[in-house]
Amino acid sequence: MSAASAKPRTASSGKADRGPAMDFASLGLNIAGVAAGVAIWWALTGSGVVGLPRPPEVLARFIELLGNGQLLRDTAASLARVLTGFLLGVLLAIPVGFAMGWYKVARALVEPYLQFFRMIPPLAIIPLAIVTMGIEETPKIFVIFLASFLASVVATYQGVISVDRTMINAARVLGAKDFTIFRRVVVPASTPFILVGVRIGLGSAWATVVAAELIAAQSGLGYRMQQAQLYYDLPTIFVSLFAIGILGLAMDRMLQAVERRLTIWQERI
Amino acid sequence: MTPKIVFDNVTRRFDLKGGSFLALDRFSLDVADGEFVTVVGPSGCGKSTALNIAAGLLKASSGEVTVDGKPVEGPGPERGMIFQQYALFPWLSVRDNVEFGLRIKGEPPARRREIAERFIDLVGLGQFADALPKTLSGGMKQRCAIARAYAVDPVILLMDEPFGALDALTRVQLQDQLLETWSRERRTVMFITHDVDEAVYLANRVVVMAAGPGRLQEIIEVDLPYPRTEEIRLSPEFTAIRNRVWHAVYHQQPAQSHG
Repeated sequence: MSAASAKPRTASSGKADRGPAMDFASLGLNIAGVAAGVAIWWALTGSGVVGLPRPPEVLARFIELLGNGQLLRDTAASLARVLTGFLLGVLLAIPVGFAMGWYKVARALVEPYLQFFRMIPPLAIIPLAIVTMGIEETPKIFVIFLASFLASVVATYQGVISVDRTMINAARVLGAKDFTIFRRVVVPASTPFILVGVRIGLGSAWATVVAAELIAAQSGLGYRMQQAQLYYDLPTIFVSLFAIGILGLAMDRMLQAVERRLTIWQERI
Repeated sequence: MTPKIVFDNVTRRFDLKGGSFLALDRFSLDVADGEFVTVVGPSGCGKSTALNIAAGLLKASSGEVTVDGKPVEGPGPERGMIFQQYALFPWLSVRDNVEFGLRIKGEPPARRREIAERFIDLVGLGQFADALPKTLSGGMKQRCAIARAYAVDPVILLMDEPFGALDALTRVQLQDQLLETWSRERRTVMFITHDVDEAVYLANRVVVMAAGPGRLQEIIEVDLPYPRTEEIRLSPEFTAIRNRVWHAVYHQQPAQSHG
């Protein structure tokens, strides 16, 4: 979730317009970069300079954890939490963001809470959530919900208030009333912003789940790393870290594809 | 004959932090049915304010605008408007943009399509009916906006510096096209511009406004025949009127009364 992606008009699309040749070239460079990274990792750990596991050890552990199903169980547990919390968060954020953008009263009522909770890292809510909601799934999902809600609501709200006034006027002189303007102008015009918000929301949900599992969980990738730490089991920690990174990346790419699809009409720079 | 648009002592103040600003001071103007009126003046002369009040996008502080004898209360499809920034809906194709107002009117799909087709062809965008606005040039975007405004069959057309953002060549082409459309459809047009040549070339009458406060300065008749052609544009008669308008715009006396 780079800072650059907060600007829907310019971000995330650079290569989309440059044709397949450019895509192949950059894909090649991507692969070369990853290969070089693994080579350096291998060289450093192989020579014994760093006391970290070597790539073959991590690969072996990966195959083992995949074979006995543990990796899939952990992944499923983490994903289930993220998706539940994330979906709830986004589903609430979009109407709240719209209401804040459209009605001054709603904005004035909600904004202080929003600004206040935005300043509290969602993880800081965990102790409170555990005390009040127990140690089951609820507190984790709640924290993820909060993280993704806060990230998406601001983007939605921004999207609504930055809809071009002239476009709204154009709809009004064509005879559109408030509801039509909202449905046919405000919603489509703010879609790019909302999608950026959803992406940021997913990123923070994913970051939050792992941390939440480190603190309090009986399953999940974060929990697995925490256990591995007790036994000084570095390969398992590596496998979990890779799984977290790759899954996060995959989800972001999926959302990016959806975003491109829905905002194909945008003028890209 | 009763006039189509009547501005009756229209005044508009804007409240600012340090008091209020008089954007338009007792502006009165009658526009006849089927007439093409251009409004020209320096920035701050209230020309856009007057147009927005006629469109119903702004309220007059006092005085009123009537169209066909009915006071303007808010925006409505009988008063079409064209904006300098085109204001197309970028997520809709040319066709869907043109159909937008028809959809609000509740026209059935077949009829919508038929009307849209007609106006898309009229502005010469037939090949681009399914294109998204981002693929169009500025001139094509504005033609699409003109088709969109015409499609809902407005009785008057309000144009707010519609060609202001276009290059000189495209501008001349669109002026000719607009005149051609206007002579075919004969709709009353009120057209705002800051380009004196454009004002004279298009209009039956040029309304010159003055700034500080925004007010009517002078109305200059353009008794040149239609269709307007290049010969007319280069004729001494055109030059003479152009010079009069130019003088009225650029050599204005400061306001005598209150300001």
